[in-house]
Amino acid sequence: MKRRNLLKGIGLGSLSLVGLNVPAKAAELLYPAITPTPEVEKKDPVFEQFGRTEHEKARDAKIFAEQFFTKHEMQTITVLVDIIIPKDTHSGSASEAGVPAFIEFMAKDRPEEFQTPLRGGLSWLDNQAKRRFEKTFIEISDAQRIEIVEDIAYPNRKKPGMSQGVVFFNLMRNLTASGFWTSKIGIQDLGYQGNVPNQWDGPPADVLKQYGLG
Amino acid sequence: MSDFQIKTTPTVYDVIIVGSGAGGGMAAYELTKAGAKVCLLEAGQNFDPADPKYITQMKWPYQSPRRGASTRYRPFGDFDAAYGGWDIEGEPYTTKDDTKFRWFRSRMLGGRTNHWGRISLRFGPQDFKRKSIDGLGEDWPISYQDVAPFYDEVDRLIGVFGTNENLPNDPDSIFLPPPKPRLHEMMLQKNNKKLGITTIPSRLSILTKAINNDRGACFYCSQCGRACMAYADFSSSSCLCKPAMKTNNVDVVYFAMAREVLTDAKTGLATGISYVDTLTMEEKTVKGKIVVLAASACESARLLLNSKSARFPEGLANSSGVVGKYLHDSTGASRGGIVPMLFDRKRYNEDGTGGMHVYSPWWLDNKKLDFPRGYHIEYWGGMDMPAYGFGWGIEEENGLFPGRDGQPKEAGGYGAGLKDDYRRFYGAYIGMAGRGEAVAREDNYCEIDPEKVDKFGIPVLRFHYKWSDYERLQAKHMHDTFEQIMHEMGAVPLGKKPTAEQDYGLNLPGEIIHEVGTIRMGDDPKRSALNKWQQAHDVKNLFVVDAAPFVSQGDKNCTWTILALSMRASRHIVEERKAGKL
Repeated sequence: MKRRNLLKGIGLGSLSLVGLNVPAKAAELLYPAITPTPEVEKKDPVFEQFGRTEHEKARDAKIFAEQFFTKHEMQTITVLVDIIIPKDTHSGSASEAGVPAFIEFMAKDRPEEFQTPLRGGLSWLDNQAKRRFEKTFIEISDAQRIEIVEDIAYPNRKKPGMSQGVVFFNLMRNLTASGFWTSKIGIQDLGYQGNVPNQWDGPPADVLKQYGLG
Repeated sequence: MSDFQIKTTPTVYDVIIVGSGAGGGMAAYELTKAGAKVCLLEAGQNFDPADPKYITQMKWPYQSPRRGASTRYRPFGDFDAAYGGWDIEGEPYTTKDDTKFRWFRSRMLGGRTNHWGRISLRFGPQDFKRKSIDGLGEDWPISYQDVAPFYDEVDRLIGVFGTNENLPNDPDSIFLPPPKPRLHEMMLQKNNKKLGITTIPSRLSILTKAINNDRGACFYCSQCGRACMAYADFSSSSCLCKPAMKTNNVDVVYFAMAREVLTDAKTGLATGISYVDTLTMEEKTVKGKIVVLAASACESARLLLNSKSARFPEGLANSSGVVGKYLHDSTGASRGGIVPMLFDRKRYNEDGTGGMHVYSPWWLDNKKLDFPRGYHIEYWGGMDMPAYGFGWGIEEENGLFPGRDGQPKEAGGYGAGLKDDYRRFYGAYIGMAGRGEAVAREDNYCEIDPEKVDKFGIPVLRFHYKWSDYERLQAKHMHDTFEQIMHEMGAVPLGKKPTAEQDYGLNLPGEIIHEVGTIRMGDDPKRSALNKWQQAHDVKNLFVVDAAPFVSQGDKNCTWTILALSMRASRHIVEERKAGKL
């Protein structure tokens, strides 16, 4: 897989990378956790190898060589995931954690499950934006975007005509959470302390005390 | 093809073993140690969890482009140490009469022991004599006392942690110290005590202390499913096949897909195995004086049923007609929930060992219940490493609880408030899964599909399997118990309790990956294929040492019993050989 093609394909250069040093910086944004050292970059693996079989290597390479979402769709996804998980005082946003690239990958990894619901959902969203504001979702203002999102982000409101949008937004929310909380940024925010060799001696004393189990 | 010929290895081995999982690995270990020259056939590739090219342990979710999500190649996720799965390209199986059966196969040294849960439960005295207790199924031709010394040896050889509890049907063992319970597990123990549900330290084959110089001790990463680079968990590849190889008495042949057990037309004895080299598609033959099948319950049955000859028209070792029948998997049902008391919990590393640190062995008397066999409960929860699926479905959950301000919160949402919900809920989930005993039935079986072959030209298996009310009512009881446990501890069960129409949430047969019973043992050659030494009644130099010989499953996992019985059968082979009877 050629990293440059990947970046060109998803068109992030035009959206969030303005003024940044592309492509090294873009790679960091896309895959913040695995930004390769210069030596690794020469070998051109997009991801570190982690015990892949030959079948798996071939399959992943094929997926990386393909591009599913259009530039416009990737821009819409990027805006949407940052509405779902924005930057806050604890950590960065979903796009900073590489969520758009993750969603692009999953759409190709599980085409039956994701391609039509995501492409169709993005189109549904643009259609809503055009009906209401005569522009696509990425072209309308933040306040206008939120007006639409408010109608599809709360499943129990059951606003007429919005049910398909609700299903799409649920899927986007879930994919965004999966992508964000499994990123380096997300794991740090969550405070997961494991995946290091250690000794286990039961919960800390103050925790036992807190729950009356001391 | 004019140059087509079957390649035959000139060596005549003392023993050929088909399959390198728990049963085959133990046979290879025992027989090579006794000095036998062994050929070990493995349908898949080599695997060594300490070799960097195979290692998935200690990797982070972001090292996988799919963040650890499952694929066809890794049904239990991108880091799981099983090569194969439910659906292997070119190796189909079929079903009939609306059967929904799923068959998991690992094509690698050590087979399915590389990724399993390491739950290592001995069968108890009652598990060998169920018919005498409830009139259903069949008693084993052996008793707990026959197997106990071998369980002891397996405990010492491989290592299992746990505690002696003096329970009637969950025998005390030679245990390593168990890890302390995690927070949610302490809550469960305290809670279940009130309900009378026995909840004790789990019994897993993970080394909390080193037991020899070849294997390290657990360093508590909780990732046994990825196979351990320190060999601190049990897998047949690391703990049995490797030591067997060190004797120089075994030739391991990888990519060897067994087609047929060859027999001598005059004597009716097994003479070798015909197999396909899956890399070159060449037909090959290996000769041996004794053949030991350990290809997995269904694969070994398939091999016998496909080994037809004039002398054995119904397949080898099948004059009884039982081969393929009495197939049964453990039952399974599960439920998850949220423990609000654990919201916003303090963060610390609670990875622990792989799997749960406490479990509930069967605690009731079936005579007082409307189903005949028991189950155990496995628990999960805690501050796990995030993976694909993290937070999935939060729109079903975050409206159930008030926010930090005590005000009701609307389900779903977006933005900073949603982001905070994920943090808040992290580590507050628990889950429980029942694993029970199904009753072995003649009409649950695998047979040779008359029409289909796999890509090697080997006729494939066709499954027929139905749950009965014995299993359905057991699953209903599991779900009632899960809700009882969660209500008592103030947890909120997620999803809906499955109904009768949904078979009370029973997993599909095969999904628990504890298939047993397809080449059962017994004293009566008309009603069993193997004698009490797992030796074919019809072919005295043919043995089966996987879970196929099991007469019944027990409310336990089958691996520890496979190991003990394979050790017992292997010792018998050595004794018989020395006595000149084989």
